[in-house]
Amino acid sequence: MSDWFAKLQQDFVLNFVSDNRWKYLTSGLANTLKITFFAVLIGIALGVVIAIVRSTWDKNKETMRPGLGKVLLGVGNALCQIYLTVIRGTPVLVQLMIIYYIIFASSNNGVLIATLAFGINSGAYVAEIIRGGIMSTDNGQFEAGRSLGFNYVQTMWYIVIPQALKSVLPALANEFIVLLKETSVAGYVAIRDLTKGGDIIRGVTYSPFLPLIAVALIYLVMVMFFTWLVGRLERRLRSSDH
Amino acid sequence: MTTEKLIQVKDLQKHFKGGEIKALDGVTTDIHRGEVVVVIGPSGSGKSTFLRCLNLLELPTGGTITFEGTDITDPHCNINLHRQKMGMVFQHFNLFPHMTLLKNMTIAPVKLLKKSQADAEKKAMELLERVGLADRAGAYHSPLSGGQKQRLAIVRALCMEPDVMLFDEPTSALDPEMVGEVLDVMKQLARDGMTMVVVTHEMGFAREVGDRVLFMADGKLIEEGSPYKLFTNPQSPRLQDFLGKVL
Ligand SMILES: Nc1ncnc2c1ncn2[C@@H]1O[C@H](COP(=O)(O)OP(=O)(O)OP(=O)(O)O)[C@@H](O)[C@H]1O
Ligand SMILES: [Mg+2]
Repeated sequence: MSDWFAKLQQDFVLNFVSDNRWKYLTSGLANTLKITFFAVLIGIALGVVIAIVRSTWDKNKETMRPGLGKVLLGVGNALCQIYLTVIRGTPVLVQLMIIYYIIFASSNNGVLIATLAFGINSGAYVAEIIRGGIMSTDNGQFEAGRSLGFNYVQTMWYIVIPQALKSVLPALANEFIVLLKETSVAGYVAIRDLTKGGDIIRGVTYSPFLPLIAVALIYLVMVMFFTWLVGRLERRLRSSDH
Repeated sequence: MTTEKLIQVKDLQKHFKGGEIKALDGVTTDIHRGEVVVVIGPSGSGKSTFLRCLNLLELPTGGTITFEGTDITDPHCNINLHRQKMGMVFQHFNLFPHMTLLKNMTIAPVKLLKKSQADAEKKAMELLERVGLADRAGAYHSPLSGGQKQRLAIVRALCMEPDVMLFDEPTSALDPEMVGEVLDVMKQLARDGMTMVVVTHEMGFAREVGDRVLFMADGKLIEEGSPYKLFTNPQSPRLQDFLGKVL
């Protein structure tokens, strides 16, 4: 028993203390959080635009007057459809590698590229979440906005989108949690995220147990923490609804 | 009431489902500045559709609407500008739940009329004072009663200083004891000379406040005239039948 414990202690020192190896984990964690956070922001920005285009088209394609506006909207909707199909139909790792090795082959700011890649990926999922929020917002809200004289975009921006976002806030927070775990493939393109940090330590020390368990625990604690936050958020939102 | 024609409606048509449903089937009438026009008729007769066509929330499939001299059914006309002059009040209030009441009142004047926030708030407070709700200005709207919400919705529309107010069954979603407070605000508005088009089942309001009553059935304007004339001496059998049921 004490043998086992001494071994563990030795392992711990080897993997985390010697040469300040714990820094691989903390700097990796920082990158993971950075990538996830900004990717979600990019995803929301993309998602809002796509959701507006798609729901506008769905609601108005039958009643819109023929003309340039309708053609542009139709083309925009088709582009959004293609984006959604491609992004949701291919693995995120493949997307990441294409963006890293082909599109940004000349850049070496890995974290930025990963943020962009995961943001573009997340946008497809966020778009559908927000579209659901827009569709579930009472049409009377839209009509009230239009009746005051707001144009279509103003009505969406000031009245519909804020309510849609509020109603899908928990789903967006969940998307953040999903993305937090998904970014663990970033190491494939030499980005030093949390997972890669643990893997680097393993590669140096030839002792896989502690580094990988540590990485898993850190993910788990973060996911549990954010899940708890989302739960609180949901309760807050529900109680402010009536 | 003046003789100036604020809104001219000519042969208005609104068909749904490619002509299968004729919600409006050739309605022609004028609304004069300062006039209170009350629209009555059985359910499904096209009253809401008529009202919603006036500010193009519903796009007519035929006919023309001229508002303040402009044909607003012309595809090249910027309807958003004209809607600023046409306030609308809905059956279900449609206050914006994600804003304080004061923001509800001021967002359109600030964004569309380019008023300063202070000016818009001053105007809003004045109007809120008049409907007895000035103390609620900072709140979100949820803890209010239906009657309060509808009075606030009226104020929100008035903050744009419209030339005409359109009401679609403004008291139908209210508990009976709250109908009076909303009708009182509307009566006050009528006394102040506001042009109003009101779809309602409140025959008492039509009689007391209406300058003219339009009776609709099957998407057509069947009969129109002063409340006195329509209620005491209805000509068409449809109207006689309708009044027999509601009075
Ligand atoms: N968006 C729509 N699509 C298809 N049919 C519609 C639509 N809106 C209204 N209609 C039909 O048009 C007709 C007139 O409807 P409208 O709502 O104007 O009647 P109304 O007089 O306001 O009735 P109520 O007193 O019940 O409010 C009805 O037959 C209705 O079913
Ligand atoms: Mg109606």
